[in-house]
Amino acid sequence: MSLIKILLNGIFTENPILMLMIGLCPTLACSGDAGSALGMGLAATFVLVCSNLLVSMIRRIVPSEIRIPVFIVIIATFVTITDYTMQAYFPQLATSLGVFLPLIVVNCIILARAEAFAYRNNLIRSFFDGLGMGLGFTLAIVLLGIMRETIGAGTIFGYPLNHFEPAAIMILPPGAFIGIGILISIWQIITKKKKEVSPCHNCALAKICYPEGKGEL
Amino acid sequence: MNITELVGIFFSALIINNIILMRFIGLCSFFGVSDKMENSFGMSGAVIFVMVLASSVTWLVYHYLLLPLGLVFLRTLIFILVIASLVQLVELFMKKYLIALYRALGIYLPLITTNCAILAVAFLNIDYNYNFVQMLVYTVGVAGGYSLAIILFSSLRERLKLAPVPDFIRGYPLVFFTAALMSLAFMGFSGLFGLH
Repeated sequence: MSLIKILLNGIFTENPILMLMIGLCPTLACSGDAGSALGMGLAATFVLVCSNLLVSMIRRIVPSEIRIPVFIVIIATFVTITDYTMQAYFPQLATSLGVFLPLIVVNCIILARAEAFAYRNNLIRSFFDGLGMGLGFTLAIVLLGIMRETIGAGTIFGYPLNHFEPAAIMILPPGAFIGIGILISIWQIITKKKKEVSPCHNCALAKICYPEGKGEL
Repeated sequence: MNITELVGIFFSALIINNIILMRFIGLCSFFGVSDKMENSFGMSGAVIFVMVLASSVTWLVYHYLLLPLGLVFLRTLIFILVIASLVQLVELFMKKYLIALYRALGIYLPLITTNCAILAVAFLNIDYNYNFVQMLVYTVGVAGGYSLAIILFSSLRERLKLAPVPDFIRGYPLVFFTAALMSLAFMGFSGLFGLH
């Protein structure tokens, strides 16, 4: 698979949110306005790229029995770096993301890519995979953010649109569920693929929760 | 500290700021295992059990280890490691001494290690500056809210499977729209007992 294909795979073919439906919590919670959606997307992309690089670098010296704890420590380190950097240089954004900033550590996308891709591939391929998946996540969350902010508050990235009566429900919690439902159904029409598979099957720990031979819990 | 305040914390966590429908934490497992009623019951039991245990331990670790040693910046790392190893220990202990409980909850335990709800509550307890009793009440409230939402939602989903709906929203979009309606209903609780 060429590098471009790996990159596009993350953005379109296996878009973590619209296709695999993992990492939903930050997507729904941080998409109230497009600005914080973009901040969350870029923060997660940074962590994803760094953790993919480091996991790929040390993949030969980490025994497979303890790989998951090792991944978690690596991810937590980069999340702490991001958390403190953002608090220092973008305090307003850090306040609006709140608890979801440290919670990037349990974002399923990051652990899933470390386990499924970076642990088995070389440095360059892992970098492109991390970048593609990160941009795919950013794309979905920013789309949702723009949609919710436009309809719910009548602004885009804080710039007001005239002649528009906003429907406040879209920036309230129910709006997040409505927005992601609309996005996914549009995506289903475009790609002509239906998602009947539970998001749990796409999680990094699916093999532990769904032992072989058993299709479901 | 008085009883009224504790009751306020409990109901605020249980319904007004419901962790799933209002704060969007723990959604993966909410959508993942809510397709059958029995799975929801198992998951709720495991979440209540692990959440109370994990919150107590991380609260103690934070206040008696990280704060005195000035290691607050290691919070994220230490919390996730404590929770992950705690779940492993609980699993081993249950396998040995509490077979019946293990059969009921065992398969849900690994799911919980990376469930953001557990870690989020550990963080929120610290961010809200709760003392130990307030922390316990808040945690039980949040865990109860999780169970309430997932059990109600799974009973809706069992009926949705048979619903005649347009083709393009069949599957997960329909599930999200249902969650939106439930979230809307829970918004109605805002202001209950004067709480927000």
